[in-house]
Amino acid sequence: MIGICSYGTYVPIYRIKIDEIARVWGEDCDAIKNGLGIYEKSVPDEDEDATTIAVEAAREAVSRVKIDPKEIGAIFVGSESHPYAVKPTSTIVGEALGVGNNYFTADLEFACKAGTAAMQICYAMVKAEMIKFGLAIGTDTAQAKPGDALEYSAAAGGAAFLIGKDPIAEIEATYSYTSDTPDFWRRELQPYPSHGGRFTGEPAYFRHIVNAAKGLMEKFGYSSKDFKYAVFHQPNAKFPLKVAKMLGFGGEQTSQSLLVSVIGNTYSASSLIGLCAVLDVAEPDERILLVSFGSGAGSDAFSIRVTDRIIDFPREPKVWDKVSKKIYIDYALYLKHRGKIRI
Amino acid sequence: MIPSFWRKIKYRYDLIGTHCKKCGRYYYPPRNLCPRCRRKGEIEEVKLPEKGKVLSYTVVYERCPVVIALIELENGTKILSQLSCKPEEVKDGMEVVRVFRKYGETSDDGIIYYGTKFVPCY
Ligand SMILES: [Zn+2]
Repeated sequence: MIGICSYGTYVPIYRIKIDEIARVWGEDCDAIKNGLGIYEKSVPDEDEDATTIAVEAAREAVSRVKIDPKEIGAIFVGSESHPYAVKPTSTIVGEALGVGNNYFTADLEFACKAGTAAMQICYAMVKAEMIKFGLAIGTDTAQAKPGDALEYSAAAGGAAFLIGKDPIAEIEATYSYTSDTPDFWRRELQPYPSHGGRFTGEPAYFRHIVNAAKGLMEKFGYSSKDFKYAVFHQPNAKFPLKVAKMLGFGGEQTSQSLLVSVIGNTYSASSLIGLCAVLDVAEPDERILLVSFGSGAGSDAFSIRVTDRIIDFPREPKVWDKVSKKIYIDYALYLKHRGKIRI
Repeated sequence: MIPSFWRKIKYRYDLIGTHCKKCGRYYYPPRNLCPRCRRKGEIEEVKLPEKGKVLSYTVVYERCPVVIALIELENGTKILSQLSCKPEEVKDGMEVVRVFRKYGETSDDGIIYYGTKFVPCY
């Protein structure tokens, strides 16, 4: 049995309210909040980036199980905000965790789904008996051009999963749906991403998530009733609720994972932090559907079944409690934190 | 600059200090020789506790205020470190925990330096 042996999350302590961003750009904050279902988003400190967030999430994951970090045989870090264009994030994470020098590693990039791709690779390597434990991380400090619609949602956070045998949650099945769909991109040397506006909806988010989820359920014989929880990528609060409805899931299955309203879209970590919030409360034998979405475009779907091992697993502090601790900053400090003030 | 930082990565990325088995003292940054026991000392590398409390602090005002604190770790080791928080948050006796943060970067096309800092236990 292979799956998640431990998990950890990290969301920076700072928040900016949607009202504050809207005030600066003279936009109608109620219309934006109603449109996106987002009220505030996380902001990294000046000395935080996707690497430091990855290390913090990974440290929580490793600290929750009694393993020697040297037993970790692979690290894959998925992000669209790797601090270096050339020079891996994953080697910095490996060094900070003290995993030694014998591990398989690479950085992954697939917009918001690189973290679930990391989980699939670790799962396959454990199954092939190449490694004992693999560390799969999704981390981002998402950038948005000041004044762009993305600025209301682009946030920062990370989640890390230790994949191995005898898990607290078994990965029963995984299935992907991928196509060449240019809904969101960033060219070399460009500081901010560009997007296809409304094109990011139907042909991108909804088509890929629906096909990945349906493909998984058809291939492995599940229906929406088999899942106690459903976790989807959360670019805003509206999309995951709509796609849940399209797939036959109700609010009672999705609410525990919907953190986007209070932390924003954490990109590669978005669906993964949602999964961690579910693992915080899930009971043995409950089944979780996880479906990520990455622009460009693709979705990775997973059927995850919680095992008896979760009973003795240390789950404190829980994700919802951690994100309730926050410090609000104004737009000027937000610009400073994001390195947008050049002196 | 790169080689001198690279050699210390292990000690900067985490709180890896040294311990003298002879007199029981801990050192961070690590020392190769126990200054008290000299040649009779027996030095070993150890991972120091992650939590501690602020004994004293100062705020350095350069371009942005930087909080530097003398921190006593749970095992009594005293270390000097940057506290990553706003100057108005810091208090004597405050509980702090080690984090992994950016120290800085040489330039837009240079190396990014990472290492250990502390933050308040929120
Ligand atoms: Zn000594």
